[in-house]
Amino acid sequence: MALPATKDPIYEGTRIPSPIPTVLEVDPTVKDTDDILTVNFGPNHPSTHGVLRLIVDLDGEVVVGVHAKVGYVHTGFEKNMEQKTWWKGITYAPRIDYLAYQNNELVFVLAIEKLLGLEIPPKAAWMRMLMSELNRIHSHLVWLGTAALELGAISMFWYTFRERETILDLSELVAGYRMHTRYFQTGGLAEDIPTGFYPECRKFVEWMPKAIADYDSLLRKNEIWEDRTIGLGLLNRSDAIALGQTGPVLRASGVDWDLRRDNPYLYYDRTHFHVPVYPGGDTYGRYRVRIEEMQASVDIIEQCLDRLERMEGEPWIADDRKVVLPPREELHTSMESLIHHFKIVTEGYRVPEGEVYVAVESPRGELGCYVVSDGGPRPWRVKFRAPSFAALEATATAVQGAYIADLIAIVGSLDTVMGEVDR
Amino acid sequence: MAFEGLPGLVETREAFGETTLVVDPARLVEACTALRDEHGFDMLIDIAATDYLGWGSPGVSGYIGTAQGRNLNRPMTQGLQALPAPKPKRFSLNYHLLAIRPGGPRVRVQVWVDDGESVPTVVPLWPGADWFEREAWDMMGIPVEGHPHPERLLMDEDWEGHPLRKDYPIGGEPVRFSGEE
Repeated sequence: MALPATKDPIYEGTRIPSPIPTVLEVDPTVKDTDDILTVNFGPNHPSTHGVLRLIVDLDGEVVVGVHAKVGYVHTGFEKNMEQKTWWKGITYAPRIDYLAYQNNELVFVLAIEKLLGLEIPPKAAWMRMLMSELNRIHSHLVWLGTAALELGAISMFWYTFRERETILDLSELVAGYRMHTRYFQTGGLAEDIPTGFYPECRKFVEWMPKAIADYDSLLRKNEIWEDRTIGLGLLNRSDAIALGQTGPVLRASGVDWDLRRDNPYLYYDRTHFHVPVYPGGDTYGRYRVRIEEMQASVDIIEQCLDRLERMEGEPWIADDRKVVLPPREELHTSMESLIHHFKIVTEGYRVPEGEVYVAVESPRGELGCYVVSDGGPRPWRVKFRAPSFAALEATATAVQGAYIADLIAIVGSLDTVMGEVDR
Repeated sequence: MAFEGLPGLVETREAFGETTLVVDPARLVEACTALRDEHGFDMLIDIAATDYLGWGSPGVSGYIGTAQGRNLNRPMTQGLQALPAPKPKRFSLNYHLLAIRPGGPRVRVQVWVDDGESVPTVVPLWPGADWFEREAWDMMGIPVEGHPHPERLLMDEDWEGHPLRKDYPIGGEPVRFSGEE
């Protein structure tokens, strides 16, 4: 299906720089006037959202050239994961994108399960969805807090981090860890859901819509916020698609696309939620999309809770002893369980030969995981398709003609996490 | 979906519910153009390079500091019970394409190259390929012909070697300013 040939509401044609799509070169006629000031921005600048370096050419206060340099937090996750068993690799995945850790964990276990052909119990699937959505709210809260902070709205930061704290408490309640939980296990969940979780999560679900309304009332009609977000950082739909944008950035450019609805995984096809789409293609649109996505996530969490509360006593992990650790208490009485436990922990389990690509909708967009197995206990190759990586490629297109002060807001609105870009 | 008649198509594989189109690297751009314009795959999602050096043989992956490497695939211990199917060349490049339309069909375009052989760039088709191709060069050492900005992406400009290659050791990098020089 080709895109409808209507007039683009954002801008006509393309603004992607040529010949290098990710580098905005200064126009030679301007450069010759000697009025261009080149500013090095980062890599350790507090508002670059991690260790990002931008080399910015300024004509007065206007950005006329930009060159993004990445790689400062390249830690070789993919190389390391090749050396570890599949089982141990799950620990690495969440640390790649340290704000959307649960989604990273999810995409990697889904990839292993796809190769293994392993079915997971319904309770595990619903709980994975619930945790992923909590994580999405968590990630958007951190984004909202820091993005507003960069534009001078300091109080937003305290409010969003208050709710973030509640989410981390819920994670702690379920998994024992506040971040990087490693709660998703091949075949299901690492532990059963504790009894106290449902009422606490209900409280959060009741509280959160009120909090979202509060954030919105602080920013939405705020003149400074509107002036500094509306019509800035433009990206039209054909440019967004050409640059491989996904998630909120794509939806803010008017493309109605959400993997949870359009390429459903787990049980997302059994839930109802609103996919926010904004036609403006600007920073403001990205802000609106994320705010409304938080509400959609709350709706999904509520639907997951309705199901989970009726699943008391159901299994939370698949009954496949070649892949799944035996229950702890069996180790004291069963030789067979002890051997299996030992074998899985020391050697890992073998995963059939093949290559798969699995994608989930992370808070930043399409998070993909391409894995190759040679039939052994270790992945041959793991490649993460990081949504921030693609989002950062759009910098040179989106910042054209912006003021230096708005550059921060625009790069921030792409919501990049450098851990994920550099891996 | 039928992909017969795609320029340069060598083989079509279906596995794990995913379609892989193995394409002749010389005709990659033609094949991608046809996929984008005729089949509607308007988005390039990812380019993933894989090194198959030592595929199915012991002692390549995961050596830590020793000359021969640690044999991780000895029979009866860890590792392979059956040898995996051989691969045509050393490197594969996998272009994951997505069509933004109901159902969201995906396809993987795979090309095979040996060490030193280059692949043509797809940046004119999908500008988003820019960094993905630079990453393939940086991490795997696959040269991309016609790339507008053929530099390293993640490693330093003066870095030697390509870290994600299988013959690149873990823990073997020199440590600067360690006081031992």
